[in-house]
Amino acid sequence: MESMLHITTLHYLVLGAALFLLGVIGVLTRRNVVIVLMSIELILNAVNLNLVAFSRMWGGLHGQVFAIFIITDAAAEAAVGLGILIAFFRNKETINIDEVNLLKW
Amino acid sequence: MLIGGILVITRKNPVHSALALIVTLLAQASIYLMLYAPFVAGVQIILYAGGIMVLFLFVIMLVSIDRSMRERQFNSQWVAGIIAATALGGLFIAVYTKGTSIFPEHALPVVENDNTQKIATMLYGQYMFAFEIASLLLLVAIIGAVVMAKKKI
Amino acid sequence: MGRIILYIQSYLSSDQTPGAAGNMFWVLVYIMLVFGGLSVAVIAMNWLERKILAHMQVRLGPMRVGPHGLLQPIADALKLLLKEDIMPAEADGVIFWVAPFVVVLAAFTVFVVVPFGPTHAITDMNIGILFMLGVSSLSVLGIVMAGWASNSHYPLIGALRSSAQMVSYEVAMGLAVVSVVLMTSLNATGTGTLSMIGIVQAQQSQGVWFIFKFFPLGLIGFFIFAVAMVAETNRAPFDLAEAESELTAGFHTEYSGFRWSLFFLAEYSAMIAVSSIAVTLWLGGWLRPFPNALSGSTWDFMFSFFPAAAFLFLAAITFFNVVRMPKHPLFRIQTIGLAGFGVVLGLIGLVLLVPAVRMRVQDIFWFSAKVAAFMYLYIWYRGTFPRYRFDQLMRMGWKVLLPMGLGVLILTAGVALLQQNLWHP
Repeated sequence: MESMLHITTLHYLVLGAALFLLGVIGVLTRRNVVIVLMSIELILNAVNLNLVAFSRMWGGLHGQVFAIFIITDAAAEAAVGLGILIAFFRNKETINIDEVNLLKW
Repeated sequence: MLIGGILVITRKNPVHSALALIVTLLAQASIYLMLYAPFVAGVQIILYAGGIMVLFLFVIMLVSIDRSMRERQFNSQWVAGIIAATALGGLFIAVYTKGTSIFPEHALPVVENDNTQKIATMLYGQYMFAFEIASLLLLVAIIGAVVMAKKKI
Repeated sequence: MGRIILYIQSYLSSDQTPGAAGNMFWVLVYIMLVFGGLSVAVIAMNWLERKILAHMQVRLGPMRVGPHGLLQPIADALKLLLKEDIMPAEADGVIFWVAPFVVVLAAFTVFVVVPFGPTHAITDMNIGILFMLGVSSLSVLGIVMAGWASNSHYPLIGALRSSAQMVSYEVAMGLAVVSVVLMTSLNATGTGTLSMIGIVQAQQSQGVWFIFKFFPLGLIGFFIFAVAMVAETNRAPFDLAEAESELTAGFHTEYSGFRWSLFFLAEYSAMIAVSSIAVTLWLGGWLRPFPNALSGSTWDFMFSFFPAAAFLFLAAITFFNVVRMPKHPLFRIQTIGLAGFGVVLGLIGLVLLVPAVRMRVQDIFWFSAKVAAFMYLYIWYRGTFPRYRFDQLMRMGWKVLLPMGLGVLILTAGVALLQQNLWHP
């Protein structure tokens, strides 16, 4: 086991960055609103991962406390976002994000 | 976790996407355990995987998806999206390769058994204000979600 | 051979759970033991439920399959395994296949932290109770997936109702649990703990089971948790989502054969899991009754005969029924079977009289006895109470149990503060 690669903070940061990129691609390229919201959750998770990795590196627990706040925040935002989705769906009968263009001139 | 993430953004059926997101969240919780953050892992499982994803699944079932599943799944500007994401990825790689000197080579061998107690001390001591604001935020979010999803206000 | 005995002995004298000690071999042995015990418990629950419900309804229950229906669960299991596995045509294949496994996984993973004794848990996580609550909330996901994948109305409505009910009562459960965690912090150092073994040790050091602490706050908290746990596992009187007369068996309508038995297994395991949470948090886990009021080695000695006495009592009942069996030649095999069962019970009772075994089996016996009492309560509720209507159910979860839970929490905190101020100024 001695020759095993040490998992340093950099590895966690790269994983977080990869998740972030996946989330960004999801937000930018999908048309289904629910999947866009799920990609936003992916982005928030990537940020959490970065925070907790840094908290481990520096030894203090501030990162973990902040991560708990972010998880709480994500719950609130998911609820409100899905509420907006339901309200919009009731009016327009589609969940295609390209058709959310009532302000288009 | 990465496979779960890729599945989230590429599946046609939103229910499959939600399942992949659940898998990703559970994998994330186990990574938190690897990072010696058991409380955050527990909170992640309860709130994210057990709460938010149930909310997502409820809404997916409420909103009819049959018609949208037959439409085109990806945006008309998906090329621009991927280029933007690649640029962002390049930025990340540049930052990480430049700054790799500030990361210590070995992990700190701190194994503590009172992680929860320390987080609680910090949460109710130093971050008390943020705690109260977070609870206010949740209250506002609850009221907002209920108001927006009602048929008649 | 001698080395194996030395290894076992060196393990038995350790003071840590196998998970905490990092001992992979014993972790695997414990997992096998817990899994085996759980399967036996589920099978026994099946038989017990049918017999006890029947006796409550003044009838006899299954009597034919084995002596007094003892082989009935095995016959049921065989039937379910051999049944044809039907999948609806329009159902979503992947989700339909995965849903029962998610529910079973969520129900079985909970047992990783259940403490059968001070060192007899698979592991003692720092966040034990948080982990249990979280993993049992994953079974909601499995139920929603099952209802969705069946692609027909009744399962979908049943699944949505069932998951809404489970999510609502999780909140009440969480509040009751938080008030208990508060009570664990009333020790000398002022720090509580979330680990299950720590909670029982706090009860031991404070000298009172948490159900009796700050009377009646502990009792109300226990009551809230007891109601919430029955609603959480979708059992009577909260079983609107899966009762046969309401929605044609709800979310597991379209499942047949082995998959249905997985749901059934998961339901009983979840019942045992939340009962063990209740036992650990309120009823003192593995502690024998009156751990501090009647303490001392003589009382320990007298209480240590309980397991053996219980098994011998069961063996006596079995032999009494053997004598009462009809004396027809066709019943000879059943009589011999019942007598054999009685002999097995008696042998277990006699083995438990051996001093070395007697000292070690105390914790596990008391824990299992309390969980068995909860199982009896579950069956009793099913036989006694009429079913709640769904809106009454949700009203009770949000408008009655949640304010009660908050009130108990605030009052417990207040009384704890007063106690600390008055006694340690």
